[in-house]
Amino acid sequence: MTAIIDQAPAHKIRRHNPRPRLRWAVSDALVLVGRGMRHTIRNLDALFMSVFLPIMLLVLFVYVFGGAIEVGTEYINYVVPGIILLCAGFGAAVTAVNVTNDMATGVIDRFRTLPIANWIVVFGHVVASMARNLFATGLVISLALVMGFRPTGSVLDWLGAVGVIALFILTMTWVSVMFGLIAKSPDAASGFTFFILFLPYVSSAFVPTDTMPSVLHGFAEHQPITPIIETVRGLLMGTPIGNNAWLAVAWCVGILVIVVPVSGQLFRRRTSR
Amino acid sequence: MTESPPAIEASGLRKSFGKTEVLKGVDLVVERGAVLALLGPNGAGKTTAVRILSTLLPADGGVATVGGHDVSRAPNEVRSVVGIAGQYATVDEILTGHENLVMIGRLYHLGKSAARQRADELLEQFDLVEAGKRPVKTYSGGMRRRLDLAASLIAKPPIIFLDEPTTGLDPRSRQSMWNVIRELVESGITLLLTTQYLEEADQLADRVAVIDHGRIIAEGTPADLKSTIGNERLELEFAGSAELTAAAGVIGVDTIRRHEPDTKLSLAVDGPDDVRQILTALDAAGVKVADLALLKPTLDDVFFSLTGTIQDDAEGNAA
Repeated sequence: MTAIIDQAPAHKIRRHNPRPRLRWAVSDALVLVGRGMRHTIRNLDALFMSVFLPIMLLVLFVYVFGGAIEVGTEYINYVVPGIILLCAGFGAAVTAVNVTNDMATGVIDRFRTLPIANWIVVFGHVVASMARNLFATGLVISLALVMGFRPTGSVLDWLGAVGVIALFILTMTWVSVMFGLIAKSPDAASGFTFFILFLPYVSSAFVPTDTMPSVLHGFAEHQPITPIIETVRGLLMGTPIGNNAWLAVAWCVGILVIVVPVSGQLFRRRTSR
Repeated sequence: MTESPPAIEASGLRKSFGKTEVLKGVDLVVERGAVLALLGPNGAGKTTAVRILSTLLPADGGVATVGGHDVSRAPNEVRSVVGIAGQYATVDEILTGHENLVMIGRLYHLGKSAARQRADELLEQFDLVEAGKRPVKTYSGGMRRRLDLAASLIAKPPIIFLDEPTTGLDPRSRQSMWNVIRELVESGITLLLTTQYLEEADQLADRVAVIDHGRIIAEGTPADLKSTIGNERLELEFAGSAELTAAAGVIGVDTIRRHEPDTKLSLAVDGPDDVRQILTALDAAGVKVADLALLKPTLDDVFFSLTGTIQDDAEGNAA
């Protein structure tokens, strides 16, 4: 009946009950995704930031700066892919705040006492982030079309572009999850979102990188956002893609391969004290 | 009691955080249907003990079974028989009270309509029907605690852990929380609650274990505990230390505790007769009492009588 407690951490020896695990995991995940969606709708700040901020930026860049920026084509056609990624990246970064909130308050303790796999809590945030940001992306594209964005891509190109954007959102979401697990307070986590917000500025999102000073140019050329933007731009506008598509996918997959297991480890560490 | 094993049984629980040894070998037994209060000041190790027993934290050493299941070997089985409500309400701020309960019910795999029904029942039981429609962030501290307790009861667990259920609540919310807990206890659950308030332990528990610096220093019924400290404490104030010394001589020093400014004495008394006797004796000896107060014993008094030292932690006082 009793046994000596050894050093084995509890998480290594849980979930050996004969429940139809997969079925419950799907049902649990749906419940937690529903929670994430409710958070998005209730949390007006986050919704405003991830939907309206990119729209405002779109208007700002096209109508205020656009007239003065010479990129060899209609500026709106150049800048929209950049705005889409800015929007997606920033929206995904909000996930960091949500994850920190769960960890810093007692909410995670409640989930841990439930008969669910703990990682589903994080999964709920990831899926909600995907849904939120794909929605925001759709909104930005629709508005851009109204404002005169004239993409030339075929249906297949569009599918490819949406795929790359979705992969980018997934990557940024997981990076955000990792930061959310590192941050001790929601304030610290929201600081991270600003870092993400500025990353696209030092890329080919708004101006071609060869217009930048050499140091910045080097960074902008080799940071992951540039090949992703060039890929989306190429697919939608028919500009040359070159090896950018492979680079974009490699960056995203490479980051995911590191960040997902690290997040798993951080999650286990934070939930065992 | 009966042949069945105790609901909660722990022996030699140890836990350190870095170099700080929080639990130094804690032994506890709670029989089925009983209520044990784990009484101690901040930092005594109460929350750590509860987190270990509820599988939220692995112990460094020792043995613990809850509902007959080993907490480290069979955490899932333990979780299926316990409900936990913490001192930090573990409910989602952004969701409404009702949504919180339905979500948790569904994660217990009750099914959609059963989860809704259970949520309605619990909101009714905890007087939160109206509040259930509002987001939790609009709730008062007392409402949050009640919702948190409701959340821990969704799967009707036979064993409940309550970590400082009334810390930080105003007296009225405390009373209503006590009533809710009493009803629960009447329904036959086993309860382990932690508290800093002697009065709370006295009001709710069958047995009290006093924890201090990671060790259980006393264990018994509330009556046992009170018999060591008296039902009430008489605090006497004198004009100066000369009178104090004289008074100490008259009363007999064994039950006396001196306070910081050397003009106050407090001692255990058992009802008005005791007080009258003491005052009469002082009067007869010609020692003048400047002021007096009859106080309910606090955790400080428990510690004083158990350890002979006054706690350095001022927050151990009962409100």
